[in-house]
Amino acid sequence: MDRYQFKPKSKVREFIGEKLIALTALAALIGIVLIFVFIFKESIPIFVDKATQEEVTIDRMVFKQTFYEDEDAKWIWQPNSDIPKYSLMPLFIGTLKAAIIAMLFATPLGVMAAIYTSEFASKRTKEIIKPVIELLAGIPSVVLGFFALIVLATFLQNAFGLTFRLNALNAGLALGITIIPVIFTISEDAMTAVPQSLRDAAIALGANPWQVSFTMVLPAAMPGIAAGIVLGFGRAIGETMIVLMASGNAAISSLSFTDSIRTFSATIAAELAEVVFGSPHYSVLFLIGTLLFVFTFLTNLSGDIILTKLRERLQGRMS
Amino acid sequence: MKQRFCANMAMVALFAIVLTLGISVSLNAGQTVTLKGSDTMLMLGQRWAEAFMAGNPSTIIQVTGGGSGVGFAALINGSTDICEASRPIKPGEIDKLKQRFNSQGVEIPVARDGLAVYLNAENPIAELTVDQLRLIYLGTITNWKEVGGPDQRIILYGRENSSGTYSFFKDNVLKGKDFAAQTQTLPGTAAVVNAVAKDKFGIGYGGAAYAKGVKYAKLKQTAEAPGYEPNLETVRSGDYPLSRYLFWYLRNKPQGDVKKLVDFVLSNEGQEIVNKVGYFPVK
Repeated sequence: MDRYQFKPKSKVREFIGEKLIALTALAALIGIVLIFVFIFKESIPIFVDKATQEEVTIDRMVFKQTFYEDEDAKWIWQPNSDIPKYSLMPLFIGTLKAAIIAMLFATPLGVMAAIYTSEFASKRTKEIIKPVIELLAGIPSVVLGFFALIVLATFLQNAFGLTFRLNALNAGLALGITIIPVIFTISEDAMTAVPQSLRDAAIALGANPWQVSFTMVLPAAMPGIAAGIVLGFGRAIGETMIVLMASGNAAISSLSFTDSIRTFSATIAAELAEVVFGSPHYSVLFLIGTLLFVFTFLTNLSGDIILTKLRERLQGRMS
Repeated sequence: MKQRFCANMAMVALFAIVLTLGISVSLNAGQTVTLKGSDTMLMLGQRWAEAFMAGNPSTIIQVTGGGSGVGFAALINGSTDICEASRPIKPGEIDKLKQRFNSQGVEIPVARDGLAVYLNAENPIAELTVDQLRLIYLGTITNWKEVGGPDQRIILYGRENSSGTYSFFKDNVLKGKDFAAQTQTLPGTAAVVNAVAKDKFGIGYGGAAYAKGVKYAKLKQTAEAPGYEPNLETVRSGDYPLSRYLFWYLRNKPQGDVKKLVDFVLSNEGQEIVNKVGYFPVK
């Protein structure tokens, strides 16, 4: 009986309850800050510790170095060596190559699919296509990595006669599959959010469905598409399992898309298990972690800002 | 109602406590021995564990891989009883062991392994000298043509730098120099074998036990010397150029169940298992 009666509660209990709920909401925020602090803390020796700096400095991580007398200056990543070499450039190039291939593959597919679903598809088709594409996001990346390692790599090698079986192209295409749903979902939402009144006006002026989609809806939803691309790029940079399995993990500084690559995330995954606690190598791996953290944080933040701005603009137009 | 709620909570809490205690007690009751380390020795460790547990049902043996380095780290942390390693312990690791446990560690060679060089079954090359192998992995020789094969690029496969196999190859073949940047590093010997099996012009290295679907390159010390495949006689006699010991490391002299296990592994029965898995007995 008394279940449905709201008894006046004491102020103190209300206060405590409210603060507890606020604390749970803040937990995620505190978590992110703490994670950043602890990851960055481990990389601090690179900036302050003399012994660490004898092996590795920011300079040596960025610029070409000469290690043996008869050789040219090079970017080399060879942390387990008589002369440890910690150039981040081969890893940076590798990470960027995989992400760019993934974006080149996923952006057109994701955006086109979004245009089709939001503008042309019947309600029934839309109800099938949307969940199926979003299902792609649910595939564990280790499964995609395995697929790329066994099936996709063989197919690409036979189709294009590639020298290296595991390469940037192979890893990038597999990465692209994980990014399509990100770009698709956000673009589709943005296009659906374009007010019907705009479409009606365009049709009243004599535009056909193609003209409505490409000259009216697409430009209006462009910030949303941009946000999808930015968020997808962040995902591509941070994704680990696929590149670890499918990229070949060779730290080469070349611009060719058919060479093997080694990415930041895969390097951490492959090397952190063995590394001597507190060594320069350990600090460098944590610095890479910090870089990845900052980068994905910035992409997510800017993606969110773009989306919020877009929402405000579209809602402003409606009223 | 509030009181009943409190009572319920108390019951739940009590139940949870009893449960945790129960679990920890039962864990202590069945004596557990943990083995951790080299991926190369994972299969071997498991076979030993199965055979030993068949004879000693009261003992539970847990075997995990991760790489020799991971095994040593666990030994130093105290999270494993036995470290399986495919390389000798490093001075830095001994220092840490001393600091933590005031002990040098106990080294027990448990098997011998020939580090095999894999080639794709269709590769016409049958023999390589250790020098050629070194130049191939240093990136000086990049074409099969240069060692008497077809005019095709050599695709290098290797292991991640956390593996004992990586260190062994680097120390014994490359004489401490760096692998060519083009070397594709794969997690685990099985992955290397799989890659070479799929790649006609690939070359890889790893434990002799894993080689299915690829062929071994015969290795020779000099161009004139005869080439040897890794097998029982050549590894035991030392004719095969790339052979190594596989170790168990302990913090202290083995006692109780661990001692029983070590004795079993070094017995004829234990060494017979070494043979079956594809490695070579120590005696």
